[in-house]
Amino acid sequence: MRSSEVRGAGVGARRRSVALTAVLVLVAGLLAACSSASAKPVLTWYINPDTGGQDAVAKRCSTSQYTITTQVLPTDAGQQRIQLARRLAAGDSSIDLMSIDPPYTAEFANAGYLAPIPADLASTFAKRSFRSAVAAATWKGRLVVAPFWSNTQVLWYRKSFVKKAGIDMNRPVTWTQIIKTASQNGGTVAVQANKYEGYVVWINALVSGAGGTLVKNAAKGVDATISVNSPAGHAAAGVIEDLAHSKAAPADLSVSTEGTAGTTFGGPTGAFMVNWTYIFHNYDSDAPQVAKDIGYTTYPRTLPGRPARPPYGGIGIGVSKFSAHAALATQALSCLTSPTSQGVNAKITGNMPSSAAGYQYAPLRKIYPANLLALFQKSLVLAAPRSVTPYWSDISSALQSTWHSPTSVNASTPQKSASFIEQVLQGKALL
Amino acid sequence: MTTTVSTPTTSAAEPHASDRATAENRLGLKLVAPAVVMMLLVTAYPMLQALYLSLFRYRLTTPGEKQFVGLGNYATALTDSLFWQDLFNTVVIMVVSVAVELVIGFAFAMVMHRIIVARGLMRTSILIPYGIITVVSAFAWQFAFSLNNGFVNGWFQWLPWISADTNWFGSHWPAMFAIIVSEIWKTTPFMALLLLAGLSQVSDDMLEAAQVDGATWWQRLYKVILPNMRAAIMVAVLFRALDAFRIFDNIFVMTKGAQGTESSSFLTYRQVIEQFQLGMGSALSVLLFLAVLLLAFLIVRLFRVDLAQARGEA
Repeated sequence: MRSSEVRGAGVGARRRSVALTAVLVLVAGLLAACSSASAKPVLTWYINPDTGGQDAVAKRCSTSQYTITTQVLPTDAGQQRIQLARRLAAGDSSIDLMSIDPPYTAEFANAGYLAPIPADLASTFAKRSFRSAVAAATWKGRLVVAPFWSNTQVLWYRKSFVKKAGIDMNRPVTWTQIIKTASQNGGTVAVQANKYEGYVVWINALVSGAGGTLVKNAAKGVDATISVNSPAGHAAAGVIEDLAHSKAAPADLSVSTEGTAGTTFGGPTGAFMVNWTYIFHNYDSDAPQVAKDIGYTTYPRTLPGRPARPPYGGIGIGVSKFSAHAALATQALSCLTSPTSQGVNAKITGNMPSSAAGYQYAPLRKIYPANLLALFQKSLVLAAPRSVTPYWSDISSALQSTWHSPTSVNASTPQKSASFIEQVLQGKALL
Repeated sequence: MTTTVSTPTTSAAEPHASDRATAENRLGLKLVAPAVVMMLLVTAYPMLQALYLSLFRYRLTTPGEKQFVGLGNYATALTDSLFWQDLFNTVVIMVVSVAVELVIGFAFAMVMHRIIVARGLMRTSILIPYGIITVVSAFAWQFAFSLNNGFVNGWFQWLPWISADTNWFGSHWPAMFAIIVSEIWKTTPFMALLLLAGLSQVSDDMLEAAQVDGATWWQRLYKVILPNMRAAIMVAVLFRALDAFRIFDNIFVMTKGAQGTESSSFLTYRQVIEQFQLGMGSALSVLLFLAVLLLAFLIVRLFRVDLAQARGEA
């Protein structure tokens, strides 16, 4: 009994010493971790959701000086803007880098949320990027974000359908032509016409394609000239009205998005679709017969005599002014937006590079036909970015209110939307 | 003689009861005081802040352009057709959903109250929709009404106005219908639960007495059950009406306000969260708050329920 008590005491002492050692090791480990963390900063990059492209780029660009990690923002571009702006307005120092959708760049820059990009870096980024990418990344004459990827839309068509319909897709086509061809041959024209930013992308492309703009003197902010009520605006409204009232309109036209347009195009009545670059590989596994049937050409013209102005989309990477590591984050921009990083991202996500040099990334040529890559680049040269103004969100929402649903669009829509946007910008109407 | 005896007893009892009531009231005040202070800190501050902000034209992303406009935001809101259209939508959704829920919820409450076999299973089954997060149920109903993969078009094609191509979210009233159906499905169990509580308070003795007197089932319902449940019905209607008046999630998920389906809450959300218009958004929040107060007042008046009596104080 006594000996067992002694043994027990010995075991207890040993256990205590083992526990003490374990605690010391743990504390030492934590201290080491803390010290290593403080020695090597972690840069947090807020990204829009993708299929792993930006994550791969973050890993690729982590160095011995810093590690780049990613935080995923909401799917919808508008919601991404909201989350970033709310955090930045509160001076959140946890954001170092962020992927910003082009229409919101001016708002963030104007609000003072972005750290300035040094002139030499800005010059490098501007020189290598497409003109449309530079225009979308510039505010008040300065490049405020580094162009990373640049998307554009092309006209996708089903080769079997156009063969049956007898339309020559080697020549530029107009919206009127494709709507007529589709409706006469039992096909549909898939577009993005839900009440969201994607619909404004379409409206902007139609207006630009007719030689107009939605806004003039956008840099004047609330005093900008709203120019949607113009012959170009009327031409755009005419196209939407035509499609909405034709047999070529998909049944879900008023709620159609990039995804549903893809479904319609892949369905039995699929004939034409305008959509972004990444759609090309959408059917590979689910509908290989559709994948084999996809043809592509330049975005349709609004007017027969004028070249098309395809939509411009993409991502620019900005550095937060409130970042605790702004200098390192600015330094990281060079690698993150280098042509190779653009290529790596494009290979994984289908979101194309913002520079011609990015298109030289060899693996891209194995995934996309050379003529499609050439078409993307040609479209980016022609592309019309949305107006660069800090009030784009108001303008876009006001357009959505007055142009939605597509069946309600008529000759009076451009005038209605112009006066409504002006009232909204002056704070005289609710949006 | 009896009167003479009983009068002093009553008069003697009154000051005693009054003292007791006063003491109880005092204790009650002390007990609720911490909660009241906490509530003031948590709710009064933001409300006063909203009231202050509503006097400015103030956008979060252009803080330098903050401008005092007095009651200008209220004037803009109250003279804008969008405000009234959204208020109309809100009232339509509230009235229709609460009316339908009251009927279905009462039927469910009767079933839950009277059922003998599998009572627990039945109650759980009825309450399941209420346990589902509103956003999830909104997505489920959006998919159900979806043109591409929903079941509604397939199941109800025998109705003359529904076909395989019916786009429920393509125009105003069908979209409103989908939103209201989703709202009713989600919150009827809550109504049923509140009515069940009221139903269980109706004395069986009264029902038996009515039955012995020869009252039919309908007569027992109208003359005994419903009048005795008035306070419970009022609470159910009040809670659900205020809840429905704040409708946001269903609309956000199902239509994002397209086709003129916005509610007042959604309009406020867009001003504050999407447009960062803190001034106008605050003005709308204040108007929404006043509307909710008015609504609560009207419902209490409509049911003519003496809340003191309902608590058994009189």
